[in-house]
Amino acid sequence: MSFLSKTHFLRARNVGWDLIRSDFPILDQTVNGEPLIYFDNAATSQKPNAVINALRNYYEKDNANVHRGIHELSNRATAAYEGGRQRAAKYLNAASSSEIIFTRGTTEGINLVASSWGGANLKAGDKVLLTEMEHHSNIVPWQMLCERTGAELLYVPVVGDSGQLDLEAYDRLLGQGVKLVSVTHISNTLGVINPVAELCGKARAAGAVTVIDAAQSAGHLKLDVQALGCDFLAFSGHKMCGPTGIGVLYGRLPLLESLPPYQGGGEMIQTVDFFKTTYAKPPHRFEAGTPDIAGVVGLHAAMDYLDGIGRKAIFEHDQDLAVYAYAQLSNIQGIRLFGPPSGRGGLVSFLLEEVHAHDLVTFADQKGIALRGGHHCNQPLMKKLGVPSTARASFYFYNTREEVDQLLDVLIEIRRFFGSNPGI
Amino acid sequence: MFDELSDLYQQVILDHSKSPRNFRVLPGANRSAQGYNPLCGDNITLYLELDGDVVKSAGFQGSGCAISKASASLLTEMMKGKTTGEIRSLFNRMHDLVTTGKCEGAPDGKLAVFAGVHKFPARVKCAILPWHAAMSAIEGKQDPVSTE
Ligand SMILES: Cc1ncc(COP(=O)(O)O)c(C=O)c1O
Repeated sequence: MSFLSKTHFLRARNVGWDLIRSDFPILDQTVNGEPLIYFDNAATSQKPNAVINALRNYYEKDNANVHRGIHELSNRATAAYEGGRQRAAKYLNAASSSEIIFTRGTTEGINLVASSWGGANLKAGDKVLLTEMEHHSNIVPWQMLCERTGAELLYVPVVGDSGQLDLEAYDRLLGQGVKLVSVTHISNTLGVINPVAELCGKARAAGAVTVIDAAQSAGHLKLDVQALGCDFLAFSGHKMCGPTGIGVLYGRLPLLESLPPYQGGGEMIQTVDFFKTTYAKPPHRFEAGTPDIAGVVGLHAAMDYLDGIGRKAIFEHDQDLAVYAYAQLSNIQGIRLFGPPSGRGGLVSFLLEEVHAHDLVTFADQKGIALRGGHHCNQPLMKKLGVPSTARASFYFYNTREEVDQLLDVLIEIRRFFGSNPGI
Repeated sequence: MFDELSDLYQQVILDHSKSPRNFRVLPGANRSAQGYNPLCGDNITLYLELDGDVVKSAGFQGSGCAISKASASLLTEMMKGKTTGEIRSLFNRMHDLVTTGKCEGAPDGKLAVFAGVHKFPARVKCAILPWHAAMSAIEGKQDPVSTE
C-alpha cells in the first residue's frame, strides 16, 4: 500500500479557502498548547463573523416580538423573521414560503411530523419504514408514535462496514403496507449519502409519505425539495454555520393544510373562544409561542454566507477531505474504517485495533484535535456493526488537508502509545 | 501537555488495561453488579465472593476504555481479603483522588496511579464506574449503576 499523492485529489478551485478560515474567530486559538483542529463539525459547526454580527445587530437595533406589535421595532422584527422564512424557501427551492416551519432543529421537526401527521393518519397495523442507520432523533419519535397508535416499525438493512442501504430490501419492505418512510440523507456515522430522490419516488409510487432527515446535508450540498420529491424535510441551523436552537421543517403545502397543530398557544390561532379555537393557516399553525426570532436572523445570515461560497464548492471541498482522509487513514495498521471509500459525505468514522475510542479522543484532544468518540446517537447501528463506539473526524469547508495530515500523525502516535492490547 | 497524558495513562494503567487481572466470571460469586455508561459504552460486570463481611475473591467482565478497565482490574486485586467497611473507605478515597487529585491519609500505592484523572473531567466517570458497581454489589442492589 502506498500513500496516495496529495495531487491525486482535485481540490475545489476558485475559492479562497485560507481567507474563509479567517471568517471564523473561534478557529484562531490553541487548545492544550496546540493550534485547534476542529473536526467535530457533524456535531455542530462553527460560526462565521457574518452570523455573529447578524445576531448582535438584531439585538442592538431591531429586537421586538413578532406579529403582534404595531410599533416600528415590531415591524422590523416581523420583517426579519418572515424574511428568514422566504430565504429558507429559496435555500430549499420550496414552492412557497408557507411550506417553511421554524423549529428548534431536526429533532423537533421530526417530532412535529410524528405528532401531527402521525396522530392524524396512523392506525394499528400500519407500517413506518426507517433504516438501520438513522440517528436516535429519527427513531425514537416513531417508536413513541407506534406505541401510541399500534403501528409497526420496519427497518431497511445496512450492508457491511461500507454501510450502503439494501435497496432490494427497500423495494420489498415498501410493498408491505408502508404509510410513511423516514430516512437520513447523509449518515452522521457512516458518511453514506443515500439516494433520497430515488427512495422518495418509489415511496410516493407506493402511496407512502416521505420524510428526509437533512441534518448532515443541509449545510453541505444543494437541496431542492421539489426535485427530491419529498413530503417533509428537516434540518438544524447549528450544523450549517447558524445558531443553536433554530431549524427548519419543510412540508408540502397540501399536506400541511390537512394537518392538526403541533403545540397550542399564541401565534398559531385565528380566533380563541373559551371553549373553541380556530387555527391559523400553515406555517403559523405549527409555530406556537414566541419563536426564536434572533435564531432566524442568524440562520438567514448563515444561508447567505454558505451560498456566497457556493454549496457546490463546499460539497466538493468536504468530499475531497473525506476521501483524502479515508485513503490516508487506511494506511494505518489495524484501523477499521466505516462507510464507503468514495462518494461520501465529509466525515470519517474509524476504530484503531485495541484502542478504545474514548482513549483515542482524549489523546487527540491533548494534541489540539477535536474528535468525537461514542455511539453518535446511533446505538442500533453500532449494534449492527458490532462495535460499542467509533471515533469520528467530521469536516467542513474551513478544514484543510494539512489538518488531516496532522490527524494521521497523531493516530500513528496513538497506536504506538497504546501498543498491542490482548485485553478486553 | 504530553506530561498530562503520561499522568493519565501511567504505565500501571496501561499495563492493567492491556492485561486485566481477574478478568473472568467468578464461579463461586454470590454477588454481582453491572456498571454501564450508555453514552460512552463502558459496560463492566463485577463479581464478588463474599464470606460474611470479607471479600474472598473478585472478578470482572465487560468492555470499556483503558481507564475503566484498569480501574476494574486494580479494584478486583485490592478488594481481596478486605471487609466491606474497608472497601467503602477505599471508595471514598478513590472518589476524592479522581475528582481532586488528592485524598485523605496515606495514598495507597496502587490507587495513586489514578491521581492524573482529575485533570480530565470527562474521564472521571470511567475511573469511578467499577467502584460504583462494587458498592452496588456489596449492597445487593439489582439495577445497573451509571456514573454519567
Ligand atoms: C443525521 C442526524 N439527524 C438528526 C440529528 C439531530 O439534530 P439536532 O440535535 O440538531 O436536532 C443529527 C445531529 O446530531 C444528525 O446527525
